[in-house]
Amino acid sequence: MQYLLLIYTNETETAAQDPAALGAMMEGYGVFTKSVVESGHFKAGDALQSVSTATTVKVRSGKVLTTDGPFAETREQLGGYYLIEAKDLDEAIEIAARIPGAKLGSIEIRPVMVYR
Amino acid sequence: MRRDSGIAGLENPEAMVLIDVEAIFRTEAGRVLATLIRLVGDFELAEEGLQEAFAAAVAQWPSAGVPANPRPWLVRVGRNKAVDLLRRHMLLRSKQHDLEASLGTAPPAAADDDEHMFQDDVLRLIFTCCHPALSLETQIALTLRAVCGLSTEAVARAFLVSEETMAQRLVRAKKKIREAKIPYETPAPAKFEERIDGVLATVYLVFTEGYAVASGADPVREELSREAIRLARLLDTLLPKRAAIKGLLALMLLHHGRRDARARDSGDLVLLQDQDRSLWNRLLIDEGLALLEEALRMPGRPSPYAVQAAIAALHARAGHADATDWPQIVGLYEVLLRLQPSPVVELNHAVAVAMVDGPARGLSLLDALTARGSLDGYHLLPSARADLLRRLGRRADARDAYTLALRHSRMEAERRFYVTRLAEFADLPSVAE
Repeated sequence: MQYLLLIYTNETETAAQDPAALGAMMEGYGVFTKSVVESGHFKAGDALQSVSTATTVKVRSGKVLTTDGPFAETREQLGGYYLIEAKDLDEAIEIAARIPGAKLGSIEIRPVMVYR
Repeated sequence: MRRDSGIAGLENPEAMVLIDVEAIFRTEAGRVLATLIRLVGDFELAEEGLQEAFAAAVAQWPSAGVPANPRPWLVRVGRNKAVDLLRRHMLLRSKQHDLEASLGTAPPAAADDDEHMFQDDVLRLIFTCCHPALSLETQIALTLRAVCGLSTEAVARAFLVSEETMAQRLVRAKKKIREAKIPYETPAPAKFEERIDGVLATVYLVFTEGYAVASGADPVREELSREAIRLARLLDTLLPKRAAIKGLLALMLLHHGRRDARARDSGDLVLLQDQDRSLWNRLLIDEGLALLEEALRMPGRPSPYAVQAAIAALHARAGHADATDWPQIVGLYEVLLRLQPSPVVELNHAVAVAMVDGPARGLSLLDALTARGSLDGYHLLPSARADLLRRLGRRADARDAYTLALRHSRMEAERRFYVTRLAEFADLPSVAE
């Protein structure tokens, strides 16, 4: 069973942390990623550039409409993700709770529909 | 044969068997469903199998007789029906190899009559229905439907929503269990304590939901309270020697035992101090007291449920309201405040303090609580203030507090109670709006 773990945090608050806290968080991500790679749960995962770099695209009546910014303005923004393989939701919850971002923001767990 | 039997159809053997099937459905549906889910690996398929098994029972038992042990019979028939259904679904999608694969993984039904296995299955079902990834409302609805075997219509009535709305909510819940793969198992030891707390909280919510609905005309909805007690009894059988379960069961029995005295025939509420204590159900209360003793004798910190039950027990033991041991109740609320602090517990503590140290002392605690604002909109806070103000002779303030309580109360019986109280202040000049 595949789950996408979406990491939502407040970009401004994260950026406002002092360098030591930021460093500790990055180190935490390193440790976490290494552990899920070694346990075989890891399939993919990356951090995203800030929402100020986001572009939203839609096609209406055959025309491509492009807007600056994310799809929705929210207090917490999608900042990264992990795609994992877990045996069930409990295991996915257990892994999600270990993501450093869970302490600052929230992790949304979405089961993945796998098309064969 | 007596012809004047009051129960329709008693002289008709087929009808008697029909009554049996209904009674067996009420006690067995949850257990049979629990085992079927494990055997066929899908909640909805298991439900279909269960329905078919009971349909077969209604058709066969009148002529063939009720099996000595209906549960294995129902599991076997339900599993076969579910497998038939699966085969039909799969043939429709012409995926014969998938069918072979799923049947190959189904465990053999050999140990059908193993009582332990049935019990483990029920526990799995309870933990799945009470999974924290489901909303509390959904947990309650699913537990009532799947474990207690209540009809969707009955669950809908309990939630004051239409049957269609409830059916959709249940379908969504089962879809989430399947698609998100909420495990069908009792949690690992590391998670067990946390999860059992969640299960007990859900059971207690079922009880309180039945004890007083937030709105509507019916003050005591017995069915839900009874189901909660039934669930707690089941949990006490499945997980014996757990103080929290015994404490919760004791708490519910002690409250339920007072049920008949809580409302007049007119539906009006009767306060604890005014209740006719001869109407209390001593059988339930004695059972509650015995369970509380057991819970308190167990090692470790007392569970908050046991402390609340101990408070209810002091009320139950008092022959009349004046004989209530209020100093000990104050002490127990102080224990509860340490174990599980909450504004509602503070409110109850203040009311008990007023009984020991006088209304002025209680009022100052309530005023501090009111100033914090965490119980804004909760009618019992102004209601308790009003009572103390009345006892202090501050009638205008009491009237204003009852008016506020009335404004925040949505339950018909409570509203009538406040209106009656307000009538006592009719002689006061009316407040300028």
